Amino acid sequence: MHITVKLYATLADYLPAGAKANRVEVEVAEGAAVAEILVPFKLPPKLTHLVLVNGVFIPPEERAATRLTAGDTLAVWPPIAGG
Amino acid sequence: MGWNRKVLRVNLTAGTCTPEPLNMKWADDYLGSRGLASKYLVSEIDPKVDPLSPDNKLIMSTGPLTGTMASTGGRYTVVTKGALTNAIACSNSGGYFGAEMKFAGWDMIIFEGKSPKPVYLYLENDRAELRDAGHLWGRSCWETEETIKASHQDPQIKVCSIGAAGENQVLFACIVNDLHRAAGRSGVGAVMGSKNLKAVALRGTQGVSGIKDFPAFMAATNAAKKVLADNAVTGQGLPKYGTQVLMNVINEIGALPTRNHRDVQFEEAGKISAEAMHEKRSSDGKTHLVTNAACFGCTIACGRISQIDQNHFSVKNSPKYWGASGGLEYEAAWALGAANGVGDLEALQYANMLCNEHGMDPISFGATVGAAMEMYELGLLSKAQIGLDAPFGSAEALCKLVEMTATGEGFGKELGLGSKRLCEKYGRPDLSMSVKGQEFPAYDSRGIQGMGLTYATSNRGACHLRSYTVASEVLGVPVKTDPLVTEGKAELVKAFQDATAVFDAAGICVFTSFAWTLADVQPQVQAACEGDWSMEKLAVVGERIWNMERQFNLAAGFTAKDDDLPPRLKTEPAKTGPAKGLVNGIDKMRPEYYQVRGWTPDGVPDQATLDRLGL
Repeated sequence: MHITVKLYATLADYLPAGAKANRVEVEVAEGAAVAEILVPFKLPPKLTHLVLVNGVFIPPEERAATRLTAGDTLAVWPPIAGG
Repeated sequence: MGWNRKVLRVNLTAGTCTPEPLNMKWADDYLGSRGLASKYLVSEIDPKVDPLSPDNKLIMSTGPLTGTMASTGGRYTVVTKGALTNAIACSNSGGYFGAEMKFAGWDMIIFEGKSPKPVYLYLENDRAELRDAGHLWGRSCWETEETIKASHQDPQIKVCSIGAAGENQVLFACIVNDLHRAAGRSGVGAVMGSKNLKAVALRGTQGVSGIKDFPAFMAATNAAKKVLADNAVTGQGLPKYGTQVLMNVINEIGALPTRNHRDVQFEEAGKISAEAMHEKRSSDGKTHLVTNAACFGCTIACGRISQIDQNHFSVKNSPKYWGASGGLEYEAAWALGAANGVGDLEALQYANMLCNEHGMDPISFGATVGAAMEMYELGLLSKAQIGLDAPFGSAEALCKLVEMTATGEGFGKELGLGSKRLCEKYGRPDLSMSVKGQEFPAYDSRGIQGMGLTYATSNRGACHLRSYTVASEVLGVPVKTDPLVTEGKAELVKAFQDATAVFDAAGICVFTSFAWTLADVQPQVQAACEGDWSMEKLAVVGERIWNMERQFNLAAGFTAKDDDLPPRLKTEPAKTGPAKGLVNGIDKMRPEYYQVRGWTPDGVPDQATLDRLGL
């Protein structure tokens, strides 16, 4: 199935070459879970902080079991803040 | 002892500068800065005073950690009755001005009355003089700082000043120090302008002395700095990307107010984000961001210094804007950008520079433009009335309107009233996205429920810096909570409000709270200040400050009806994102909050609460 992965801030370095606007479209297995989708990107675990599926936060303990559907967006940030 | 124990009272009517001892009983009860200055204000003015009358007072105050080795210890606050809000105002700024006040030997300056002609205060250690500012009146904040330094032949002087906006009493005028730091909100610059006070110039050479236990203080500040350095947010994220890193986050979760809160996601958010500031422009091959910057004593360095594209329409004939300058920070980028549907990063930086140059709060300015653009699109305002076409998304309109507002030209004079008065004038008060007259910052409370309660109950009108529950609801600091529910938010907001009051009163930056808790602040205050500053006492001090501010507002005429949100946020559900279909649950959270606070159902602190807090 087709989904969108977005990597922001310092995690942009882990996007494939040529990726634009912090995003890449990828093909993954039907019903793939958050954790397995992120494996190929080789993100440092400590920097895999804020993980959102369609804007909804997925806690660390649920990332192995949370499955995406076609057209979903998975976005990841390192620890960040502002105000 | 942390404090210098000295207050300078400046009577602008009489033209006198009089030193007096700091009230140490009040210092023991309210710590400093926001807390202590507010105690002076509420004790000295009639809560119903016209903010722009000579009977209002304007206080600039440091905290006990200002000017010390404590990380971020460069903050000062401006406390007054707000011109925009008619509520108690406390605007906090960084830069180097606050530390210089401490080095000159003072904790606080109280301005009262009104000068018969424009003046500035020159304060060099014990020497305090009111000087003629006739030659500065009409000049920008940037020109004023440069002129004062040149005339005194001292580049080390630290200056805060008002620009044309403050002189013209634009109701969201701010006070700018160190070129691009500002006591930004609630119209404190308009109050300063109403007093014919153009600037304050400080030179201090005495350092900070009298730390109660210096070895313990060094140990505490060093330990706390290590916490900041080791934390991924304060040690890495904020220095590299600044607050602007939030643009994509808040958009992704569906809480980025867009086009005057019509929408909660902005299709061009990526173009005005921190990531965009790091990208090379196609026009000149340079990045927008030049470097990061730090205020006095700060080991985080979140500030942004940027360089606008010289080819951009806004500046191509204005070389004075071509150099590196402050911005964009997240709040300004949002208010000037998404709030108006403008996705032109260079236009936002231009508008931001003019806000700094002429002394305007970019949040209230940008949000007011958003309200005007909506009224233009609804046909309530015409091109003839505004003087130009002003649809959502027009970078040209934004750039022209910022010039007009700063100088009070044409429709700019009406924008300078702020969105509440503007929307009332044109018959649609519901289109003002504000609480107590102050415009919302950059978080839509349909997507972050706790922020609705934060805005509704903020003592200085809608504000994110009174209880930044975004930290918990979105970023997971200190613990992650669900942004889409109202349960538990009353307790969360109270905890953030009280703790933030302590950070403010100490004279440090609230951004340390991304890594520090009160347990990191307490040893620093305890080592610096005389007396007992236990965790328990600090918690009470924070709550006492909050309730004192509340009492002032109640006496000024505010009621529970003012702890509310505009109807749009209560009746028009979010159209997209995780909050799709949701409105804010303020009507459920408010009574819970009053109960948690120990207030009556009408929002008045009950006697037991007042007794417990010594109020």
